[in-house]
Amino acid sequence: MSEVSPRPSRRWMLWAPLGVVAAGGVGFYAMLRGLGTGAYDPHGVPSALIGHPAPPFALPELAAAGVPGLAQTDLVDMPRPVLVNFWASWCVPCVIEHPELMRLSREGVPVYGINYKDKEADAAGFLAQRGNPFSRLGRDQPGRIAIDWGVYGVPETYVVDRGGIIRWRWPGAVTPEVARDDIRPLLRRYA
Amino acid sequence: MIAELGHYALALACMLALAQAVVPIWGAARHDAVAMAAGPALALGGLLAVGSAFAALIWCFTVNDTSVLAVVQNSHSLKPMLYKVAGSWGNHEGSMVLWVFILSLCGAAVAGFGRNLPSALQARVIGVLGLISLGFLAFILITSNPFARIWPPPADGQGLNPLLQDPGLAFHPPLLYLGYVGTAVTFAFAIAALIEGRVDAAWGRWVRPWALASWGFLTLGIALGSWWAYYELGWGGYWFWDPVENASLLPWLAGAALLHSAIVVEKREALKLWSLLLALLAFAMSLMGTFMVRSGVLNSVHAFANDPERGVFILGLLAFYVGGAFILFAMRAPAMAPTGVFAPVSREGGLVLNNLLLCSILAVVFVGTVYPMFLDILTGEKISVGAPFFNAAVAPLAVLLFAAMAAGPLLSWKRARLWPVLQRLWWVALLGLAAFLATLAVAGWNPLPALGFAASAWLIGGALCDVADRLALFRGGWRTAWARAAGLPRSAWGGAIAHAGMGLTVLGMAGMGLATDRLAGMRPGDHVALAGYDWRLDSVEDATGHNWTSRRATLTVTRDGELVTVLHPERRFFPVARQNTTEAAIQTTPLRDLYAVMGEETDGRAVIRIHHNPLVVWVWLGAAVMALGAGVSLSDRRVRVAAPARRALPGGAAAA
Repeated sequence: MSEVSPRPSRRWMLWAPLGVVAAGGVGFYAMLRGLGTGAYDPHGVPSALIGHPAPPFALPELAAAGVPGLAQTDLVDMPRPVLVNFWASWCVPCVIEHPELMRLSREGVPVYGINYKDKEADAAGFLAQRGNPFSRLGRDQPGRIAIDWGVYGVPETYVVDRGGIIRWRWPGAVTPEVARDDIRPLLRRYA
Repeated sequence: MIAELGHYALALACMLALAQAVVPIWGAARHDAVAMAAGPALALGGLLAVGSAFAALIWCFTVNDTSVLAVVQNSHSLKPMLYKVAGSWGNHEGSMVLWVFILSLCGAAVAGFGRNLPSALQARVIGVLGLISLGFLAFILITSNPFARIWPPPADGQGLNPLLQDPGLAFHPPLLYLGYVGTAVTFAFAIAALIEGRVDAAWGRWVRPWALASWGFLTLGIALGSWWAYYELGWGGYWFWDPVENASLLPWLAGAALLHSAIVVEKREALKLWSLLLALLAFAMSLMGTFMVRSGVLNSVHAFANDPERGVFILGLLAFYVGGAFILFAMRAPAMAPTGVFAPVSREGGLVLNNLLLCSILAVVFVGTVYPMFLDILTGEKISVGAPFFNAAVAPLAVLLFAAMAAGPLLSWKRARLWPVLQRLWWVALLGLAAFLATLAVAGWNPLPALGFAASAWLIGGALCDVADRLALFRGGWRTAWARAAGLPRSAWGGAIAHAGMGLTVLGMAGMGLATDRLAGMRPGDHVALAGYDWRLDSVEDATGHNWTSRRATLTVTRDGELVTVLHPERRFFPVARQNTTEAAIQTTPLRDLYAVMGEETDGRAVIRIHHNPLVVWVWLGAAVMALGAGVSLSDRRVRVAAPARRALPGGAAAA
């Protein structure tokens, strides 16, 4: 029952509180960084699909877009990983992320789109006016497939690896930061 | 205009805090009496400046100045005046101003009441408080300006979160902040002692009132918050082990340990490093709580708006103050040799045990609170650590703590014998055993509440035994006892009262262990039975209030045909905030609460949840008694009268 001894052999104990503080500080800083990038989200529920293949589906094409529709069978045995993007013409963050999707698409990243609860004419108008980043585009008018994927709301973007396994989910707009910090490293890792 | 003046006052306070942080500490290092004497003056000036800023903010809220962003986001012209005023600190920016205001109050109190402190110690304490003010004022000015304007001004504000429109919550933050900020003062004393390189009995005596005051306010603040959660959130419980609740419990535990170990420093000049560590820890826990609530790293009903930018700033402050303090601790601690090794069975031995147990509980709560966050960031796995873990881990430690709590005050200093103490406590032990068996007889095999009742009887009986013993009640007769009562130091009374208060709180908790509840979909005319009462739903009607409309149920509660009470639980809708709140209807007696909550209505049925909560009111009354004990102890003559002069150091450096 004596207090912390200042004997030299135990002197390291006096530094122990500082060690705890330092470790805690690093952890908290990582959380704050994670809040910014989405890697840490205290409110979020992790997607149950991460690490699993996409649920089966087959969606019709959007005629005016001039690209084929999208089915689960398109998401297996691919030459490179792809992005699957849920979007709608009525969604403001989709407008914000559109240039970034166009940039990725121009670089040769296959971007597959799923048009969510949208009118055909509106979706076509959106693509005609702003450009079409999608090399495949399915129409999910009733929003059923979005439920299977566990989509909270549009936009939402997934990285699917070459074998068709879902690796990453991003709820919200794909900003240049997200593309740089998350998407490109993931595409390289699963290339 | 008033808003700009307030903003200016904050900037002025920031500059004064800079001077307060530099001049007195520099003066103390150089033995410059003039520079040291500037400390109190600067502290008073800082109080004036922060006070003006705070008054300006309250003014903006009371006149509903919609060109001020914080008012627009948190107030509305239709709100009752009390909540307009309380709204000024019911948001992130305003609460930070309140925080700094209370810190300035503490600084001014050290300046005003600290005349009997050695001038170097006082200068250093004021300097450290200035340094803390500086950090938080800079935080307010850079990231959270409460006086930011909005142009064009909207016609009216968006309203305060209706959950917060409540008298209990109007006073919950100020009390809690008085407690949190009080830990800043003990922290400042610890830093000053580390800079000076000495801790002695006088230091223990000076720190104890601050530890007591801070702990007392924390007790009140936590109790008020718990009571608010009980009647306003409508879950029928008093403590949910929510991370933010835990964040307020951590400094409370550290403060409780500190105010006990400071006694040992004062009486025996032992536990010096340990007390320093506790003082640093209490403030570190306060700051960590502030960080977790305001940075958005937590998911909680209490969390303020998420802002990682602010989080980085607070984390920086946390790293600077706490990291700096622990570096100083590690460097200076070896110089402070402990004096006097003491026997395990003695008053100081008991206080060491108290500290070990309190700190173990602190460690358990700390780990349970931060573990899910760190697991998430390290592995991405999401878990939640809830009541089952905390109850299972804290209960055994609490049982040990309570067991020691009654015996500790009866032990004498230096060397005591356990057996005579236990002999004096035999009737208390019997009382505890009777409570345990009586609970089992009434409520069946329910060991935890039974242990709670036993602990409660043991604690209250132990406190009575302590007082009776000191008054020689059973040996000297009433006349002697009366004379002794007048002569007994207030700190002894305070300790006994606070320990009895803990007993009352445990009584309430044990009662809640026997609480029952029932959920029913009821049509008007339906009956439900719970805990021997008959609950009848009479009607559900529309009602309107100051800034809400509601659906209001009428429940008649009878027992054996006798009317007990009529309850009116409500579901309120606040149109401005577009938010629903439940207003629980509660009838409180010292023995039990009847508690009713109204939920959704569907095709003529209303969901009604009813609770029977035995003895619950003692949870908070006990806390009030604990705080009263701290107050009585604080009024002890020794705290007010000048402490004896310190023995001069060999070098004569910092002696009074």
